[in-house]
Amino acid sequence: MACIESLKYEILIKNASFSECRDYIRKNCREYVTVDPGFPLFEKPVIGVPPVLIGLDGDTVTFPYTKPCYGTFLLRTENPDEASRLRSLRKK
Amino acid sequence: MVPIAGQKKEKEAVLVLGCPQVPVQSAIALYLMHGLRRLGVTPVVAGNPAARMLIDVSDPLHHYAGEMVDLDTCIADMAAGRRVFDYCIVFAHNDAGVSYAATVQSISGKKVILVIYGENFKEIADSVDFPCEKIAAKAVHNPAPLKKKIDEVLPWLVSNL
Repeated sequence: MACIESLKYEILIKNASFSECRDYIRKNCREYVTVDPGFPLFEKPVIGVPPVLIGLDGDTVTFPYTKPCYGTFLLRTENPDEASRLRSLRKK
Repeated sequence: MVPIAGQKKEKEAVLVLGCPQVPVQSAIALYLMHGLRRLGVTPVVAGNPAARMLIDVSDPLHHYAGEMVDLDTCIADMAAGRRVFDYCIVFAHNDAGVSYAATVQSISGKKVILVIYGENFKEIADSVDFPCEKIAAKAVHNPAPLKKKIDEVLPWLVSNL
């Protein structure tokens, strides 16, 4: 997810497990979608232990992000286009 | 390469390398590639630039390593069905490695071979809750315990997965 560096993001949890990410998203995000690992998010495949949850609050997207050397982070970024694309998945 | 009619397509294994901070990873990856080639399987290496560079420098003529691919590109190609491997081998010494293994298992639909090593190999092995074949040993600087396990199981894995 090289382009993650070009996003303005906030780190919500460092060294997170996927169950921690799921719990956070379920408790703190107004909506969420469940995707499979490999699902393209910000043009890169999502890495994770299924089910992978992605949270939505208006234009804000909350998602787990894994780097081989640094583990998993739960990130939050504002991106209207990606939020709208993710929301459309729920309607299918 | 398109196989000639009647000719068996060569089998391919992807080795998904983790962060190269644990010294045994590159040595074990090269040893595994040697074993795979002996069993008629072509290894493909997926890793971040540092992990790939360590393999490239250790095996400059690619006696063992086959094609080298970027980790994210490889995952994206597998997820989109553009790339299919006969065997998927993932290296893990931390949670991130397990996450990559879960991803590869999910997108390939195959039982992954998970090579687990490092100081916390037991905790890492216990955290895996998806179907896979684990090869696990406490190997940090000395690859011998992991090499021994690979010698014991690799022919069986190649024949049965």
